[in-house]
Amino acid sequence: MRLLLALLLAMLPIAAPAQDSLPPAPYAYRQLDDPALEREARDLMETLRCLTCQSQSIADSDAPMAGDMRHQVRTRLAGGESPEQVRGWLIARYGDYISYRPAVSAATWPLFAVPVLLLLVAVVVVARRLGRGAR
Amino acid sequence: MIRRRLWLWLPLLAIALLCGLFALQLSRPKDEFVRSALIGQPLPAFSLKPAVPGGPGLASSDFADGKPRLLNVFASWCVPCAAEAPQLTALKAGGAEIMAVAIRDTPGDVASFLDAYGNPFSAIGADPYSQLQIALGSSGVPETFVIDGRGVIRHQHIGDIRASDVPRLLEELQDAG
Repeated sequence: MRLLLALLLAMLPIAAPAQDSLPPAPYAYRQLDDPALEREARDLMETLRCLTCQSQSIADSDAPMAGDMRHQVRTRLAGGESPEQVRGWLIARYGDYISYRPAVSAATWPLFAVPVLLLLVAVVVVARRLGRGAR
Repeated sequence: MIRRRLWLWLPLLAIALLCGLFALQLSRPKDEFVRSALIGQPLPAFSLKPAVPGGPGLASSDFADGKPRLLNVFASWCVPCAAEAPQLTALKAGGAEIMAVAIRDTPGDVASFLDAYGNPFSAIGADPYSQLQIALGSSGVPETFVIDGRGVIRHQHIGDIRASDVPRLLEELQDAG
């Protein structure tokens, strides 16, 4: 009986102290009053990567740091910055990694060029085959 | 005819190359750190309130007076931050001046953290909404930046400082002087 109790106690979840006790930032969960601005903020937040949970956007994540980033995005947009300015500000700090929106750069241009090239090759191959068939 | 047969091997060769590439990438450990893109650039302008009542706050103007410093990003609720405390004390003993910023913290929690693990910091600023952390391109706690005498970010150490990292950080600090 005592063993059973000990086992049951061992299964109780232990509170992890690795989380802060501070309430979320004011604009982490509060929407902006201007619906148009809030829509811009939401569109931007859905394309920004959460740093502590790297497969989620900051719009999807409940991590405290994602909340702080949403606060940052909303207050900057409310302060008159454009979504692309905010994205640029973050990319200047964290690199392209922070943005989910693909951008053509010196490192990424083959990703955009190769499909076009393959399509051209396919068109040439098909045209030649059809031409041969007609002869 | 023979030329055509050679062509047939081409897709197989391509697949083999691709598999080789996958095998190579899979055998490498994944680097999940997001490094700051601000290395080599000046500290962003900031001014933070003190993290402990009565103590000094932290501003970007506290740097750039000719003396290189460490800027430690920590939090009382962060377990590895407690683990790196002895190494920070060793760095201070080695001549480093350490400034700190406490992320999402309360004055009471910071004070009891310093009581428990020591206070090697010259000044601690409070960053309740991670604003300075984001402005620095830092993605977690703890992190330590080397700031040179002109206020330029020279180096970023991600994660807790191990005993083996202490000499290298002191060296970075010396190079930044």
